[in-house]
Amino acid sequence: MNFSKRLLKLAGDYPDREIIHFLKTGESDQHLTYRALIEGAGRYQAALRSRNVLQGEVVILILQQSIELVYAYFGTILNGSIPSIMPFLTEKLLPEKYRKDLVSLIEITQPSAILTYCDFIDELSEIQANNAFIKALLFSEEIETGADVLAGTGNYPGIERDGDDIVLLQHSSGSTGLQKGVALTHQAVFHQLDCYSKTIRLSSRDVIVSWLPLYHDMGLIACFLMPILYNIPLVIMSPFDWVRAPHRLFQAISHYRGTLCWLPNFAYNFCAQKIRPADMEGIELSTLRAVINCSEPMRRSSHQAFLERFSQYGLQPSAIATCYAMAENVFAVTQDGIDKAVTYDEIDQETFQKDKIARKVFNNRPSIYQVSAGKPIANTQVRIMDGDGRELPDRHVGEIVIKSNCMLTGYYHREDETVNSFSEGWFKTGDLGYLAEGELYVSGRKKDLIIVGGKNVYPQDIEAVVNEVEGVHPGRCVAFGVFNEEKGTEDVVVIAELERDFAEKDRQVADQIRKMVTQSTAVALRQVYLVNDFWLIKTSSGKIARAANKEKYLFETGHHAG
Amino acid sequence: MDKNEIIEKLGKKICEDILKDTGRILAPDEVLISSGLIDSFSLVDLALIAEQMFGVRIEDYELNADTFDNLEQLAEIIVERKG
Repeated sequence: MNFSKRLLKLAGDYPDREIIHFLKTGESDQHLTYRALIEGAGRYQAALRSRNVLQGEVVILILQQSIELVYAYFGTILNGSIPSIMPFLTEKLLPEKYRKDLVSLIEITQPSAILTYCDFIDELSEIQANNAFIKALLFSEEIETGADVLAGTGNYPGIERDGDDIVLLQHSSGSTGLQKGVALTHQAVFHQLDCYSKTIRLSSRDVIVSWLPLYHDMGLIACFLMPILYNIPLVIMSPFDWVRAPHRLFQAISHYRGTLCWLPNFAYNFCAQKIRPADMEGIELSTLRAVINCSEPMRRSSHQAFLERFSQYGLQPSAIATCYAMAENVFAVTQDGIDKAVTYDEIDQETFQKDKIARKVFNNRPSIYQVSAGKPIANTQVRIMDGDGRELPDRHVGEIVIKSNCMLTGYYHREDETVNSFSEGWFKTGDLGYLAEGELYVSGRKKDLIIVGGKNVYPQDIEAVVNEVEGVHPGRCVAFGVFNEEKGTEDVVVIAELERDFAEKDRQVADQIRKMVTQSTAVALRQVYLVNDFWLIKTSSGKIARAANKEKYLFETGHHAG
Repeated sequence: MDKNEIIEKLGKKICEDILKDTGRILAPDEVLISSGLIDSFSLVDLALIAEQMFGVRIEDYELNADTFDNLEQLAEIIVERKG
C-alpha cells in the first residue's frame, strides 16, 4: 500500500465526504471533500510533472498553514515525490537568518523543487543559481491560474511507489533540526497508523480537531495524515490564529462535535489561563473523548488546571490522555488514558533525585508526581538502558530505547547521524525515563534539547546567535531550558559572559541578545543572565558544560530544588 | 485618563506581568511585537490587560504589528475606543 493508492481509493469510495474543515479567522469555514482534495492536489501534481520533478525527489514546501498547503502536500505525494514542510517565515524572524536555515536544509536535502509564494522569487532564484539540483521553483499563486491546471490527466506517478520507498521527510526547526530530516517510508507510516488507530480506538464516530503546525510530527501525523488517510473528519486551523484566540479551538470542538484533540502540555495551561469566560459562552465539550497530551514534559498540575477550567462546559475527566511520541517512530511510542484513566505515579522525591530510582512514596516523605505516558503501542518495544547499554530493571531511570516496525529509514543524507542513533538495533531516543507496571514515565533528557511550547529548540542554535552580539565574550555563553510550572513548559535562559568594556552597558547588551535570539530563532528568552569573566564552567575538553552551568545558575538565582 | 497615563500604566503592567522584569521601563515608542520583545504566546495577555485595565476589547485578529507595535499606538487605540 502507498499514500496515493489509499487517498485515491478513499476519493473513489467517498467522493463527497467532507474530510477537512479549514477554519480561518475572519473567513467562513472551508469544507473540503475527498474529490476537491484530489482536484486541488492534482493541480500541484501537474505543475510538478510539467517541471520534470520526478518520483523519489524531494519537494520543499514553504507555505502558511492553509488549504493550499494541504493541496501542495498531497500533490507532491501524488507525483511520487517526497514532501518536506519548512516552517513559514514569521514577521519576527530575520529574513537573513531564515535564509541561512533554508540553505542549510537545501544543501543537505538536495530538493528538486521548492514550492512557495511569489514574494520569495528573488531570494529563491539566487539560491537556485547556487544549487543546480533545484530544477524548479513553483509559486502557489501561479498554480491555480496557470496552464498547468489543464495538464492534469489523473495518471498519478505516486501510485507506483513501493511501500518501502520514502514518502516524506520531517524536520525539527532551527539550523540543527533542519539538517536532520527524518525519512519515513509509506509502510512505516501505515504500520504506525494501523497500530495507533487501534490503540486509540479510532472509529467513524470520531472527529479530530487541531491547531497544530504541519511541520511537527504531532500535527502532521496524528492530526493530518491519520484523519485524511483513515477517513476521519479533520477540523484544522492555523497555529498563528489559535495562539491569538485559543477559544477558537473549543468553538470548533463544540460546533463540529470534536472527539479527539492532541495538545502539547503548555496548551493545557495556556487555555486554562487565557480564555475569557465570555468567549466560552454556549460551548459544549462533552463530545471530547480524548485530549491527548504529547510532545513535551507532562504535568499533573496542567491536567488539573485544564479540568478545573473546562469541566463546567462538559469536559469529562476521563478525556485526559497522554502519549509519548517522536518522528523517528513516525509518531506514538506509548499511549495512556484511552481504556483507563492516566496513571499518576507518586514517588519519593529524594530517592528519585539522588539515586535516580522512582520509589513509591513511603512514610509521608516529600513526594512528586510523575505522569504516565502509558504502555508501548503494540508494534513498539521500549527498554530502559544504562550508560553501558545494559537493560535496567523497573523503576530505574535510564535512557529510553525503542524498536519497532515503523522506525525511520534514516536521517536523510545523514548516514553518520543515523548510525550514531542506533545501538544493536535499538533506537536511542536521548530521553530519560523509567518503566513501572509496564507503563513508561519520561522524566528528562540526556540530549541537549529545549522544548518550549511543544517546539524543539537546539541550544547550540541560540548560542550561535548570542555569540554574535557585541559585548558578549565570543564562545562564552550557554542556553538551556528551565521548567516553568505556571506556563507548563520550559523557559529559555541565556547566560553570557560580558567583555570588560561592556560592564556598564549590560541592559543594552541584554536587550540586544533578546532581540537577536527572537528574530533568529523565534524563541523569546525568559532571562538573560550576564556574568563576568570566568563564571562559566567548562568541561575538561574546553567546551561550555550546559548541565553544570544550569545547576550553577539555579543555585545562584535561588531556583534550586534540592 | 489621558494617553500618557495609559502608556505609563500599560508599560508598568506589561513589564510586571509579561516581561517579568519590574525594574524595566518601556519607552512609548519601543517596538514590542515585531522586535519579538512580546512573544506570540503573550499576545493574548496584551488583549486581556487592555480589557481588564481600561475596559477596551482588542480583537484577536488585531494582535499583530500592523495594528500596533508600541505603547503609544496601543494607547491610541484604547483612547479611541473608550470614546
